[in-house]
Amino acid sequence: MTIRLFTILAVAVAIGLATGLSPYASASPDGLEKVAERQGFLEQGRLHAVQEKSPIPGYAFPGIGDARLATGLAGFAGTLGVFAVGFGLAAAVRRHPRRAAT
Amino acid sequence: MHIPDGFLAPEVAAGTAVVAAGAVGYGLRRASRTLDDRTVPLLGVTGAFVFAAQMLNFPVAGGTSGHFLGAALAAVLLGPWLACLVLAVVLGMQALVFADGGISALGANIFNMGVVGVLGAGLIVATARALLPRSRTAFLGAAAVAAWAAVMAGAAACAAELALSGTIPLNTVVPAMLSVHAVIGVGEAVITVAALSAILASRPDLVAGRAPVLATAEGV
Repeated sequence: MTIRLFTILAVAVAIGLATGLSPYASASPDGLEKVAERQGFLEQGRLHAVQEKSPIPGYAFPGIGDARLATGLAGFAGTLGVFAVGFGLAAAVRRHPRRAAT
Repeated sequence: MHIPDGFLAPEVAAGTAVVAAGAVGYGLRRASRTLDDRTVPLLGVTGAFVFAAQMLNFPVAGGTSGHFLGAALAAVLLGPWLACLVLAVVLGMQALVFADGGISALGANIFNMGVVGVLGAGLIVATARALLPRSRTAFLGAAAVAAWAAVMAGAAACAAELALSGTIPLNTVVPAMLSVHAVIGVGEAVITVAALSAILASRPDLVAGRAPVLATAEGV
């Protein structure tokens, strides 16, 4: 399997999981949230000013009425976005001028 | 385990941010030297998978859920420093785009999951490589232990930061965080082994580069 095919397949699996399964993920609080709830400091948590204008707050794609569809779309966009940023960062850093000549 | 803003004292947030920035900076320097045609896409792929799997909360006991963290998987695939970069990209996107995990607390979150978790997992995998027989079972077993330990180490660091911030006493938060994450860590181990098994079946060389335990199996 070429690295190109592996990359396409692996990203497709990730996008499939994030799009198709995330709407059915557990909505219960995670470990830290549960501890914060039980110990009474959950209310101390707040959004940073920057996050008031988050493009996809709380993994729900804005403007979509159906909650599962909104979550699935957020997963789709986020997975593709993280791949693009990760790949782009790696490609950019690799071309660093201080890199040894090839 | 994403800490929102408001849980940590400014000093604790700043201290962990300095360490996280140092680790990410070192990761970038390493990346400029070690990335090649194979690992550039692998960095993106690992980030995409970690992000996707982190969305899939699974139920654990008592109305609590857990989700994949990805520190051990990334450390096995890319080595600890590139893994630190991957986790920083994922956590940064989560905070900025999805409002998950704070902005002031981003350094602490990268420290807990991307530095403590990743370096702890890397240490365990490297130790196993030196001590255990060269087999697929030993490799996957070491990865499972590293995955569980990375979650526990991250949870312990998170608990220590909350206690240092005066948010909650240390003797309350440590057992609370460790007991729930001991269960979540089992899910982490299962997902890590499943993902590594899939990669071993399709492109074993992507794992072998980081796991000389497989050198004989690869015929290298």
